Amino acid sequence: MDVTFRIRRRNPEVPGKEKPYWQEFVLSDVDPTDRVLEMLHRIKWEQDGSLSLRRSCAHGVCGSDAMRINGVNRLACKMLIQDVGERVQVEPILGLPVIKDLIVDMEPFFDHYKQVMPFFVNDNPVPEDGRERLQTQEDRELFDDSTKCILCACCTTSCPSFWANDHYVGPAAIVGAHRFIFDTRDQAGKERLDVLSEPNGVWRCRTIFNCTPACPRDIEVTKAIGEVKLAIRKGATEGIIRPNEVQ
Amino acid sequence: MKVHKHEAIIVGAGGAGLMAALYASKAGADVAVVSKLYPTRSHTGAAQGGIGAALGNLDEDQPIYHTYDTVKGGDYLTDQAAAKILAENAVDAVIELEHMGLPFDRTSEKRISQRRFGGHTRNFGEELVRRACHAADRTGHMILQTLYQQCIKNEVHFFDEFQVVDMIVVDGAVAGVIAIELGTGEFHIFHGKASFFASGGWGRCWSVTSNAHALTGDGAAIALRRGVPLEDMEFFQFHPTGIYRMGILITEGVRGEGGVLINSVGERFMERYAPSAKDLASRDVVSRAIYLETREGRSIKNRGYVHLDIRPGTVNRYFAEEGRDRNDFIDDATVERKLPDILDFCRTYLGVDPVKEPMPVQPTAHYAMGGIPTNVDAEVVIDAAGTVMPGLYAAGETACVSVHGANRLGTNSLVDLVVFGRRGGMSMAEFVKQADWKALPANPEGEIRAEFDRIRNATGKSRSGELRAKMQETMMENIGVFRTQETMQRGIDDLAELRERFYTDIQIDDKAHVFNTDLMEAWELGALLDLADVTARTAIEREESRGAHSREDFKERDDENWLAHSLISHDGVLADPTYTVSFDKPVDLSLWEEEIAQGLPEDKQKFRPKARVY
Repeated sequence: MDVTFRIRRRNPEVPGKEKPYWQEFVLSDVDPTDRVLEMLHRIKWEQDGSLSLRRSCAHGVCGSDAMRINGVNRLACKMLIQDVGERVQVEPILGLPVIKDLIVDMEPFFDHYKQVMPFFVNDNPVPEDGRERLQTQEDRELFDDSTKCILCACCTTSCPSFWANDHYVGPAAIVGAHRFIFDTRDQAGKERLDVLSEPNGVWRCRTIFNCTPACPRDIEVTKAIGEVKLAIRKGATEGIIRPNEVQ
Repeated sequence: MKVHKHEAIIVGAGGAGLMAALYASKAGADVAVVSKLYPTRSHTGAAQGGIGAALGNLDEDQPIYHTYDTVKGGDYLTDQAAAKILAENAVDAVIELEHMGLPFDRTSEKRISQRRFGGHTRNFGEELVRRACHAADRTGHMILQTLYQQCIKNEVHFFDEFQVVDMIVVDGAVAGVIAIELGTGEFHIFHGKASFFASGGWGRCWSVTSNAHALTGDGAAIALRRGVPLEDMEFFQFHPTGIYRMGILITEGVRGEGGVLINSVGERFMERYAPSAKDLASRDVVSRAIYLETREGRSIKNRGYVHLDIRPGTVNRYFAEEGRDRNDFIDDATVERKLPDILDFCRTYLGVDPVKEPMPVQPTAHYAMGGIPTNVDAEVVIDAAGTVMPGLYAAGETACVSVHGANRLGTNSLVDLVVFGRRGGMSMAEFVKQADWKALPANPEGEIRAEFDRIRNATGKSRSGELRAKMQETMMENIGVFRTQETMQRGIDDLAELRERFYTDIQIDDKAHVFNTDLMEAWELGALLDLADVTARTAIEREESRGAHSREDFKERDDENWLAHSLISHDGVLADPTYTVSFDKPVDLSLWEEEIAQGLPEDKQKFRPKARVY
């Protein structure tokens, strides 16, 4: 089958192309099970080598190729043509500065992630037997969902609150904090909750739910944000997520 | 020209690079990590099933058993002392990862949970052992995330989206690397006392691969062009279970949890090829079996793939036949919990639900056993005698210690990168304390700038995408799972023609500087062509079958003539290189030699090279 791609482009170095514009490409012999990423590669490799995008693993685990496909944030490598139809519109994700074609400036996104202390903290001596710290599988499950995050930015750049205020840390950073706040081995939950209580922390979330369907890893992002809000309100991290709620 | 000065320059931010960065900076070195991808995009994150370590949390286990499995899995080309270090250090390294917060799954005793994996056994091959420590089926993702997070905590200095394209050699020592800042197209010099390549593999030489698009072997190609020979390049692993046609990896953990391979007549054919380990024989054995089944007309629909079946009904039937404890039996929920990503891949890409239907799989190009030769402290060595090249280090897939020999065991890639990334980081930190700065030569970026100008300004007719696809097809066809003199020669001839077109007839569309991915992909193709070439040229010289190198014209392993590592070097002429291949580097057999010295009779010598039976 033939598929028409309508792609939002920009090239800061070429006169007349500094401002974003649309360009159409037609591909023939497309199979319904082809990935959108493969089709963007076909355009790049067969028609126009200047088409610029990030990609690496091509199966949804590295998080490089987040883009807006037919108006929703998706990883190009996880969308099949049969999911998007014969006319496909592709744009850069929103809310981050566009550098060239589908490539946006990711630095503000990673800066927000780094604000929430996204690392394990436990200053107690390690067990005397030289072995692992102990944790029950039930406690391990409490934060399982948020360990799946690949930092692709699909959630944050689908969030109207982030579009309106790019100082808001955004859903991905909150998921990053959640992963540690509810880890029973970690000791810095309180500091993270303090960071997220700030004006550009978790309260900027208006529970719009765009982030949850945007997540290519099926993380329940809005639920995770809600759990962080509840922990701040209760001033505690225990008892927020009940094991029977864990899927 | 921007010059950055840091004592230790690490190229690549996957598991090996981040581990080295963490340990070198903790030891006081001034470290910079230079990576063409954001660190969390690295392909370590795609590793699924687990990291092997003889913790003994579920079954009795010891590092010496892991050592034995590694040596046997490598078809005795593994350096035995290095394998012992790998297995012993694995225990500490995994515990340290847990202390860094890695969220491993847990046993009922709250300890790190472990699963079975191909070729991992207890008591020198007696029975399969649960050794692979796992975090669902995203163990690599959790390692990568944890290490990156710890690097943030330790304020490691990152240069993200800077692609290293050359290395600076002064009087036989390495004085740094040259990178292109992808966002501006500008060249930057990274002046260091030590440079550390942790830049990954080159699976993109083949058309069906589990590897990321980024895995173009840049570091290995740069080292090769700057006079470092590459070791054991003929050994490239085909993982038996890639998703049909796409090559996306389906973890061996599926078989570790009881999954079986089934041919078109409904037979669990691995029972014939490996009566004891069956579906969990080593990867080279299983990949060959799938090819042989295909050749005998027993692939599904005769299309070169077989079924991987993890449906609880199937698994439990075989468990019952084997007399396994009923507590081991699985249900749909077990599969969902233990293999969530695998289910997601199959549902997304194939519309197949593995809980209800079998998965179509075929061998996929997966892992380079060979690479930049190093000693056990990740120092790069440049000859058969082990002479160190001062200031150069390597670890992870791009390096060859050699712990994987002729065939890597599942989970040992993650073990390799944490163990030798850590050792390398520590040894590099010691080195930079006492080493002097080498003065940079005049115009160090001149040659590589000229090569980039050539590609940017070329006015030929060949697109790099077309040449790359042709290279991948010839490598798949001719230097794949089975090889003969004739196929390999055909491959070498095809590669020569592609090289000529690359150097005389290339064209690119994008002439800009900002994120010129057209230009970078073309340069990467040059790296891939070099690595494809050295793979084919060492493979054609090795007249035996060993591990992943399987020749139909030399079917047997030949320890008398070929129990040696290959080294191949390149004279630095990019367009028309001359290669030199040698087989002078001996395999370290020290564990076997100790057994002989102890007076053990032959049948009690565990590390004596012998025929592999699984």
